[in-house]
Amino acid sequence: MNQRHAEIGLLLAAAALPLVLQSFGEDYYIGFATRLLIFALAATGLNFIVGYGGMVAFGHAAFFGIGAYAVALLMAAGLFSAWLAWPLAVGAAALAALLIGAVSLRTRGVYFIMITLAFAQMIYYSVISLKFAGGDDGLPLARRSTLAPLDLANDATLYWVTLALLAACLFALQRLAASRYGSALAGLRQNETRMEAIGYPVRHIKLVCFVVGAAVAGLAGALLANQNGMASPSQLYWTQSGMLLVMVILGGVGRRYGGVLGAIALLGLEEVLGRVTEHSHFYVGLALLAVVLFAPHGLAGLWARQK
Amino acid sequence: MGTTEVTALLEIAGLKRHFGGLWATNGVDLTLEAGEIHALIGPNGAGKTTLIHLISGALLPDAGTLHFAGADITRCNMHERVARGITRSYQITQIFPQLSLLENVRLAVQARRRDWGSSLRFWRPASADVQMIAEAGDWLGRVGLAAAAGQLAGDVSHGERRALELAMALATRPRLLLLDEPLAGMGPEEAEHMTRLIAGLRKHAGPPQVFPGPQGGERRAATLSGGAFNGEQTVLLVEHDMDIVFRLADRISVLVAGRIIASGAPAAVRENQEVRRAYLGDEL
Repeated sequence: MNQRHAEIGLLLAAAALPLVLQSFGEDYYIGFATRLLIFALAATGLNFIVGYGGMVAFGHAAFFGIGAYAVALLMAAGLFSAWLAWPLAVGAAALAALLIGAVSLRTRGVYFIMITLAFAQMIYYSVISLKFAGGDDGLPLARRSTLAPLDLANDATLYWVTLALLAACLFALQRLAASRYGSALAGLRQNETRMEAIGYPVRHIKLVCFVVGAAVAGLAGALLANQNGMASPSQLYWTQSGMLLVMVILGGVGRRYGGVLGAIALLGLEEVLGRVTEHSHFYVGLALLAVVLFAPHGLAGLWARQK
Repeated sequence: MGTTEVTALLEIAGLKRHFGGLWATNGVDLTLEAGEIHALIGPNGAGKTTLIHLISGALLPDAGTLHFAGADITRCNMHERVARGITRSYQITQIFPQLSLLENVRLAVQARRRDWGSSLRFWRPASADVQMIAEAGDWLGRVGLAAAAGQLAGDVSHGERRALELAMALATRPRLLLLDEPLAGMGPEEAEHMTRLIAGLRKHAGPPQVFPGPQGGERRAATLSGGAFNGEQTVLLVEHDMDIVFRLADRISVLVAGRIIASGAPAAVRENQEVRRAYLGDEL
């Protein structure tokens, strides 16, 4: 019960954040906080694949980017409604994951890492060669999606919508992890041979996990396109996959809030260090090294040990 | 061959499988009758484990056919074969070390409910399924592990892990149970316990044998019905210890260099000159 109370308290504090920032006249940070939440969502999707499904995937940027491009392309075609465009973006990411996963899940370990990376890079190079997708310049959005009755043009509203979606996804994934399906995933992580021997369709179970994680990334991509005002090729690039993976490792692989903590820590660190030094990446690297060496279960693990 | 078509549960014909230049399985014909404990013996490298892999679906054959309960299963994959009723154990212990014994077995019970509504049930907590947990507890009681149900599988002794594996295999309610050296690495006491458990599976053992655990396993065992421990269990047993093989088996097949050179009742196999020459030699 204590944990539930803490969760609700944190959620309320996060919901109050825009009001606090506005009262201090720091409206810029509402956008920054929204960005944090969006990356937290994308990393949470990846954490489901890596931490719960036990599959180290190195192509998560593909699904993140597909979500963003889906929203931008639909808007270019005249579809502004978030009620339609966002589910379609999620569906597009899930469909891509279904196809990529069906092939990639025949491999494992290092080969799985390489093949997911290869697919993601193929999508990246395809998109930048498409003129109607904006090529290297990316595809701008005419304006933000419409989410009647809410007005997403208001930064605080976009923040609250993002927060609500993140909370909903975290809750749903937590239910999923505790369900029969989740217990089958836990078994797979520990002993795939045994799961096969007692009759589980191992590849199907993994494929479902892969698709669910990718769908969450697709939703995050749709939100990021709205926040940035464009779908950008950099969102599809392999460095983006790497960054999401770093977030998951930093926050805690397989921990409920691993993706969230990792995204906040990494982007927060970059923001703070970016003001002090030009070499922020160096110090971010040092911090990552420290976490891997001294907190092998990530920030979430550190937290759990304190208690 | 002394088998009757009526009771054949598994029929293997002309089965072949090679690894590079080596024919690990080189034309195996074998029939398992429903309800028998059939021992598969043979020297190291004879291809016993490969044959278990081929029957369980972990490997597919290069030639030959497998028929199970009349249906052709030659190209079926592993989980399809489990669904039809073939479950195996491994020479090397395969468990979920970070889960409790109860959860280990519960996963096996869950696997048996093959409707997609089982493992693809996404919303309801697994811990809410009281019936499934109770059944898992029953199976643990059957192998004498009721008292250890809450312990992590990684923390219990080797013998207990092997018993756990047997419980998991039985929880899938197989018609044919493939046991690959279930006594490997056990001390005499553990081996005796396991031997009695396997003997308890045999068809003509009379009333189901029960091994009371400290938490009243006998009472809980009575709530189980059907499948294993009910006189229907067919077992294919790979084992090195000849005393135990002759104690347990209704029939014995001898595998040498990928071929079955003899198959029949223990006494007949014991007297077979070819078997003596090829394998048993001075052990008998």
